[in-house]
Amino acid sequence: MSAATAPPAQASFSDSLRPATHLFHRNWLVYKRIWYRSLFFGFLQPFMFLAAMGLGVGALLAHSNPNAFGPVGYIGFLGPGLLGSTVMQTASFESTYPIMNKIMWGRNYEAILASPLSTRNVVIGELAWIGFRIASISTIFLGVLAIFGIARSPLALLAIPVAALTGLGFSSWLIAFAATQTNDIGFSWVYRLVINPLFLFSGTFFPLTQMPQPIQVIAWLTPLFHGVELMRGLILGSLDLGAAPWHLAYLLSFFTIGLILADRSLARRLAS
Amino acid sequence: MLVRARALTKRFGRFTAVDGIDFDVRPAEAFGFLGPNGAGKTSTMRMIACASPVTEGELSVIGMNPATQAREIKARLGVVPQTDNLDTELTVRENLEMYARYFDIPGSVARSRADELLEFVQLNERANDQVEPLSGGMKRRLTIARALINEPELVIFDEPTTGLDPQARHLLWDRLYRLKQRGATLIITTHYMDEAEQLCDRLVVMDKARIVAEGSPLELIERYSTREVLELRFGDAERASLDGRLEGLAERVEVLPDRTLLYTDDGEKSLDEVHRRNIAVQSALVRRSSLEDVFLSLTGRSLVE
Repeated sequence: MSAATAPPAQASFSDSLRPATHLFHRNWLVYKRIWYRSLFFGFLQPFMFLAAMGLGVGALLAHSNPNAFGPVGYIGFLGPGLLGSTVMQTASFESTYPIMNKIMWGRNYEAILASPLSTRNVVIGELAWIGFRIASISTIFLGVLAIFGIARSPLALLAIPVAALTGLGFSSWLIAFAATQTNDIGFSWVYRLVINPLFLFSGTFFPLTQMPQPIQVIAWLTPLFHGVELMRGLILGSLDLGAAPWHLAYLLSFFTIGLILADRSLARRLAS
Repeated sequence: MLVRARALTKRFGRFTAVDGIDFDVRPAEAFGFLGPNGAGKTSTMRMIACASPVTEGELSVIGMNPATQAREIKARLGVVPQTDNLDTELTVRENLEMYARYFDIPGSVARSRADELLEFVQLNERANDQVEPLSGGMKRRLTIARALINEPELVIFDEPTTGLDPQARHLLWDRLYRLKQRGATLIITTHYMDEAEQLCDRLVVMDKARIVAEGSPLELIERYSTREVLELRFGDAERASLDGRLEGLAERVEVLPDRTLLYTDDGEKSLDEVHRRNIAVQSALVRRSSLEDVFLSLTGRSLVE
């Protein structure tokens, strides 16, 4: 690419924040009509899951091996894992179909980019919005965990920013991906080949130590595992201080790289 | 000059969408880009609107450089795109007020401008409705109102009436005309001759990524066409035996699949001559020359195929 075809100079990330708030506001305007519904289901879903699997399956497990999950029991293990996977799934959904809609079906971005906003403002605004959504869902989720007596330590509140960071990692990569797609077929591949395996094999439903060594290694390389480990440690008060910085470093790099990719990918798609 | 382009070029990989064009848009005029689909009109519009970087050549918009001052330029521009891109998750009024916010326009100003603009495009009774059930013409008008929310100095219309019924088109033309009366500069792309003749003070004709002619509609017709055109239709037998028999009847003869055009300054006189030569005509029509004829004489093709 020669200098003349390079995309127009863009403002720095910090200069992009104010215009980006407009996009956040736009999403809020749409969301405020349905926020109670969204938060109600945000409550109902984990409540039912924990009741069914935590109490039901947990009771069976307690019969066969009462000490497998320590003092919190299976439900205590499962709760933070479910939080992690809910975060991943919400972030993934919000970053695929709605983004593609705004790129090509509804062409919202075309209209927004005709205003003073740039593609960078759009990326930051959308991520800020998704971050907010994940934080609010995680807060409700923590409330449910408290009801079940799982979240006891005040440190559990720190699981909210960790949840947001984990979700934004997925979001940024998927926005970058969505901006390269011309139809939604690619999304079902991502759900089947990436999201679902991570959902099952990231230490969400059972400890990874149960799995063969190669699977444990693979899990270490994937993002959801690190998010779940951190959230579980914070919520149960069992944080492994030696491993925690590595988990955090992984999640931060995952998000930073995704952010750069999303920024480039959207500029290439919409401003070429 | 409000827009100035010199050797302006847009390439996508090996494909050249705009091939070194020059033009100037003066303040307060309506400037047209006329040409068939794929001629490079939309790519040119996108470069002016800072939506697509210039590959080569010079472009200045309101005295600024799109490569470095996109934000400043876009703050003073209005864009009406080819395909409606209204926010279907918001109401009619919210579409305007939300768009105002993208321009950092304060809420109270945005509300009063939205009122005025809804009045201007005759949508005030639909202000609180959803966008989806609006008719095509209404959506187009709302898109225009949205493009005016920042009181732009320059408004770009990319095929503003494509797909609209005649009534909706005339209403839209009227709004565009009023906009011009208020002193706004308009850039309009179209492949409709009548639209270009109605709305544009000056225009360029584009074909295959280049500008092939430039001037006012009247100038172009005088330069590239005759005053009148005689359109003739023949039966198949007559058509087959025509060769040479139309010679000398007109300055230029254009044979199209369905009819034959005779370019002449006096259509009636030429028609009399056709009858005198005993050429059997199915139907004959004398009309004034139009931009369609200009395009035909420049490229040998009609605009909408």
